[in-house]
Amino acid sequence: MTSEAVNKKPKVKAIKKQKPKKFKFSPGWVFVYIIMLGLVCFTALPLIYLICTAFKPLDELFAYPPQFFVRKPTLKNFTDLLTTVSGSSIPFTRYIFNSLFTTVFTVAGTVVVSSLGAYGLVIHNPPGSKAIFAVVVAALMFSAQVTSIPTYMVINNLGLIDTYWALIVPKLAVAYNFFLMKQFMESFPRDILEAARIDGANEWTTFAKIVMPNMKPAWATLVVFSFISNWNDYMGPLIYTTSQVMKTLPIALNTIAGGAGTIARTGAMGAASLLTTMPTIIVFTAMKAKVMETMTHSGIKA
Amino acid sequence: MTNKQSKLSAWFSNYGVGYLFLAPFLILLFIFTIYPIFQAMGLSFTYYNMLEPAEFIGFSNYRSLILDDDIFLLAIQNTLTFACIVGPIGFFASFFFAWIINQLKFNNLFSLAFYAPSMCSGIAMSQVWLWFFASDRYGLINNTLMNIGLITEPLTWNKSATLILPVVMIISVWMSMGTGFLVFLAGLQDVPRDLYEAAAIDGISHKTQELFYITIPMMKPQLLFGAINSITSSFGVFDVAVSVAGMPSPNYAAHTIVAHLYDHAFIRFEMGYASAVAMVLFIITFALGRICMRIFREKN
Repeated sequence: MTSEAVNKKPKVKAIKKQKPKKFKFSPGWVFVYIIMLGLVCFTALPLIYLICTAFKPLDELFAYPPQFFVRKPTLKNFTDLLTTVSGSSIPFTRYIFNSLFTTVFTVAGTVVVSSLGAYGLVIHNPPGSKAIFAVVVAALMFSAQVTSIPTYMVINNLGLIDTYWALIVPKLAVAYNFFLMKQFMESFPRDILEAARIDGANEWTTFAKIVMPNMKPAWATLVVFSFISNWNDYMGPLIYTTSQVMKTLPIALNTIAGGAGTIARTGAMGAASLLTTMPTIIVFTAMKAKVMETMTHSGIKA
Repeated sequence: MTNKQSKLSAWFSNYGVGYLFLAPFLILLFIFTIYPIFQAMGLSFTYYNMLEPAEFIGFSNYRSLILDDDIFLLAIQNTLTFACIVGPIGFFASFFFAWIINQLKFNNLFSLAFYAPSMCSGIAMSQVWLWFFASDRYGLINNTLMNIGLITEPLTWNKSATLILPVVMIISVWMSMGTGFLVFLAGLQDVPRDLYEAAAIDGISHKTQELFYITIPMMKPQLLFGAINSITSSFGVFDVAVSVAGMPSPNYAAHTIVAHLYDHAFIRFEMGYASAVAMVLFIITFALGRICMRIFREKN
């Protein structure tokens, strides 16, 4: 165990990060940059259009021919959305609260559960660890929809349908999250743990005071991915909640859109979509450096 | 007896803590993932409507799925078309652009621009794309095409059976540079620099040679992760399809396996039948995942 730990550390240290490339000025590279900028336009165009639409006043929203950019930006769409009550007589702020509340607790919960588990599995390596990890890798290979029916019945039997619990508890133990934490934990320098044990720290303090602070990049990544997937989850609230007051933003968006192809309420839709989209991008950009550090460890060795 | 007991306590003091740390994850994983997958397997052989007790009916759910349910066959066909196009495009494009971006300046900005769409809510983004693909002359794409003179009447993008699936696919491809893309980007930065230098001495100089002889073999674990990700997400297509085409979609043109599952499970409460649908999805993604593990196995 100890010799393995000693062997492991230099291996991690030996990996040199690539230095950022210098810009090479040649016709080929200029061509590559032009193509890439064109593709950035393709990826960014709908987002830019979304931002423009959210700030368009009524006459620009329904102008013919349709305009791409906004001329006289206004906040009216947002104030309308947030102050007036939508068709189902539930204020939009309620959906924002539902989304925030369930996402924050799911993210916090899954970080705690996955870190604890990864610590137990990697550092203590109890018998059966290999089998447990094999199960987790197998669980990566099917989507949550496959298990949605029995999960629905479990939640139903627990009497949790249409509660916040139903949107939080089933999404705490996600194979994917555990996998990421486990891969990162593998490269955790074990001599630090040995030192802590010699100093008399018990398991819990070792975990909370030494492992977690050092694993910040890993759980920051988990925060980002878990935030993105839970914030955008559509199937969960669609199935596990029944009343409109318990629904989250993605469901609310579909309600405002009034089903497929309705152009009514374009302004409200723009504002609502922008409010739904911004948080994920903010969370990601805030933590991007940490995410990239973690993702290096995320390959599956078959 | 005492010997046995002390063995037990020694075993516990060695490993018990490990199990205690694992317990919350394992219990929740068991309740909400492992048990449900077996439960779904069992249910798929029953008739169950959640009111009466489940009744064992053998393979008849599967038989009617394959022989009698034309809509399911349509769903399979749509999902396969979708997954065979969007999955590989997303996977290869993610790798290709990660490879290019890794060699560019401003790679942070480029990677954010490529990753941003996949962070957004599928529902929100389908609505944004529907402004582009609106079926009247107010739609930006219809408007542009009419201005150029390619069409005279606006195309009904999300209402005509032939155009819905392509529209769903365009939106999904646009959103497909997700986790896989990030994993590749990180993996590329982690390929040891000295390997390229050693290869240069051995006569490998061209960028594409480096790609095939060094980069790809070094990145097998990341490629496997990305592939499994593409498979599960492209076969699980649901929210974009529903949001673009509605439920049910015109002529079931955007009906997917998950939509079929949702329809039978949570609208009609035919839990047994819907479980059979879930098992079909499970078998497809699991088998493909296994094949990918074979392909990307590291030779030791």
